[in-house]
Amino acid sequence: MSKTQKKENKKNHHAVLPKTPTGITGLDEITSGGLPLGRPTLVCGDAGCGKTLLSLEFIVRGATEFNEPGVFMAFEEKAAELAANVTSLGFDLEKLQAEKKIKIDHVHIDRTEIEETGEYDLDGLFIRLNYAIDSIGAKRVVLDTLENLFSGLSNQALLRAELRRLFHWLKEKGVTAIITGERGDGKLTRQGLEEYVSDCVILLDHRVINQISTRRLRIVKYRGSVHGTNEYPFLIDEDGISVLPVTSLKLEKPVSSDRVSSGIPSLDKMLDGRGFFKGSSILVSGTAGTGKTSIAAYFASETCRSGKRCIYFAFEESPNQIIRNMQSIGVDLRQYVDKGVLKFFASRPTLHGLEMHLVSMYKLIKQFKPATVILDPITNLITVGSVSEVKSMLIRLIDFLQEEQITVMFTALTLNTIVSEQTDEGVSSLVDAWLLVRDIEYNGERNRGMYIMKSRGMKHSNQVREFVITDKGLDLVEVYLGPDGVLTGSAREAQLLQEQTGEVLRDYAVSRKDREVIRKRKVLEAKISSLQTEFESVEEELNKTYQEEELIKQVAEKTRHEMTHLRREGKG
Amino acid sequence: MTKQNTEPDYEDLSGKQVYILRLFITGASPNSSRAIANLKAICETHLKGNYELEITDVYQQPLIAQREQVIALPMLIKMSPLPVRRLIGDMSDTEKVLRGLGLSSSN
Repeated sequence: MSKTQKKENKKNHHAVLPKTPTGITGLDEITSGGLPLGRPTLVCGDAGCGKTLLSLEFIVRGATEFNEPGVFMAFEEKAAELAANVTSLGFDLEKLQAEKKIKIDHVHIDRTEIEETGEYDLDGLFIRLNYAIDSIGAKRVVLDTLENLFSGLSNQALLRAELRRLFHWLKEKGVTAIITGERGDGKLTRQGLEEYVSDCVILLDHRVINQISTRRLRIVKYRGSVHGTNEYPFLIDEDGISVLPVTSLKLEKPVSSDRVSSGIPSLDKMLDGRGFFKGSSILVSGTAGTGKTSIAAYFASETCRSGKRCIYFAFEESPNQIIRNMQSIGVDLRQYVDKGVLKFFASRPTLHGLEMHLVSMYKLIKQFKPATVILDPITNLITVGSVSEVKSMLIRLIDFLQEEQITVMFTALTLNTIVSEQTDEGVSSLVDAWLLVRDIEYNGERNRGMYIMKSRGMKHSNQVREFVITDKGLDLVEVYLGPDGVLTGSAREAQLLQEQTGEVLRDYAVSRKDREVIRKRKVLEAKISSLQTEFESVEEELNKTYQEEELIKQVAEKTRHEMTHLRREGKG
Repeated sequence: MTKQNTEPDYEDLSGKQVYILRLFITGASPNSSRAIANLKAICETHLKGNYELEITDVYQQPLIAQREQVIALPMLIKMSPLPVRRLIGDMSDTEKVLRGLGLSSSN
């Protein structure tokens, strides 16, 4: 709820109807503030649905948390019995009574002991109640189960008149009262008390569907106030009653653009290189044995490695089983469990109804404050509810987690290998990212293929990757895309080998040719050098002739010169 | 609180049991006055000299209301002879009052 709305509501409360908080987890939320102040509220339901506990908690919380003393008038159980019944919830009625914070008055009425001899009224009850209220200055009153009067006294007309007077009197007295009543056929209460209590009526219900019981609470009417009209599941545990709003009516959750790694680098690479959005919901679906749990464990381990907390809800395997199995692929979850950053909660889905699962998860998450929550697998929840119920539960869980900015990963088992657009408990439309792990059976072997069906708000790979699980961990390998289509596993390896062989052969061929060339060159070079030598010798020959001629020429010149000289000498 | 009979013993010489009756009323409401009148008449008729009646105004003593499990008023408790019986109303149905007091069969 945003701040402005809260303010508005508050204003409304003051203007329209003042309320008194019950202190019961969740109930004040759906009544937006609590029960009508100074007016009676009717709580009705079948036997064993928690009426007495709800009203008693109202009194105890009032006395302990809001400093409003209360009177509990019990028509069914004795004070000591009541006290014993609720000690397990941590309510010490004896002590509170001694401190004058609450007063328990047991009204015993037995038809066999009573003879009606004419006109009477219930002044005795009024006097007792009045005395009890005044003696401790009570602000809260519970009459549990007022209808017992009808079994003890026979004059119905008179009783009705007296009840009308009683409710009127309670209003005048200004106490906030809860009156409980057994549910009747076709009516809210057996005696039609709802006719008298017109301000607020809360119906409790305890249904058993498929042998699994779920408690539900509904506000049938709340005059002069806005209230949730749905059926809200509630839980009775060691802390008393917790009511969980089924759906938050708004879609105004904060969003984050921070990213969290999936723990598998190659998967992160497929997700825009940075992993999932923080606070998003991720669905990993696939057939049996495709490694969904391994992906989840990787994610958990990655969360813990980065120093954040993680809760792992396991519906199929025990924590030790998961830890052992994950060790085989090189994920050591034990260290994180020991460090206290990883918490496992393993329970069979059939342990409680869906709503109870939700409420207990809600409580655990509130307590532990994890960054990541893993549900493995959600498919098993189907055993305790129908698809639509599971879906509505998961919607609420996702809503809640997004509000808390917790990243959640669900795993889901798909029963057929045919990928249909709609799937898996119908949550695929709810989740932000959907990873699909598939078996690819080809050529006598089974391989895992993984792809990202959707991933809101980020660029993601549309390629099928082969998902390889080894004792070193998980990896995504690019599949071989060849002329024969997509190849995985050993076919991919074979194709690679074949390619390698081809390469070697080609290499060999190339090198032979190279050598040939070298040899050719050598031959040619040899030829070239012999020709060159030949040329040199020819050249030399030529040179020699030339030089001889030169020499002859020189000698002739010399001789001619000498001859000339001699002749000149001879003459003289 | 008024004591109507001052006989000290619960059992007289003839062996008859003394009726110990407590009537709870609320002030001077019409029902209360009628109850007192009717009860006195019945006792005088059927238990003359053999009963002890104590009348309590619950308004004055609210604690008694809790102790005695008073809800409807007026209420008469027959403490003795046993069994304890509770009669509520203005005691106008004489037949029922007598039955409640265990007198109807004997008379």
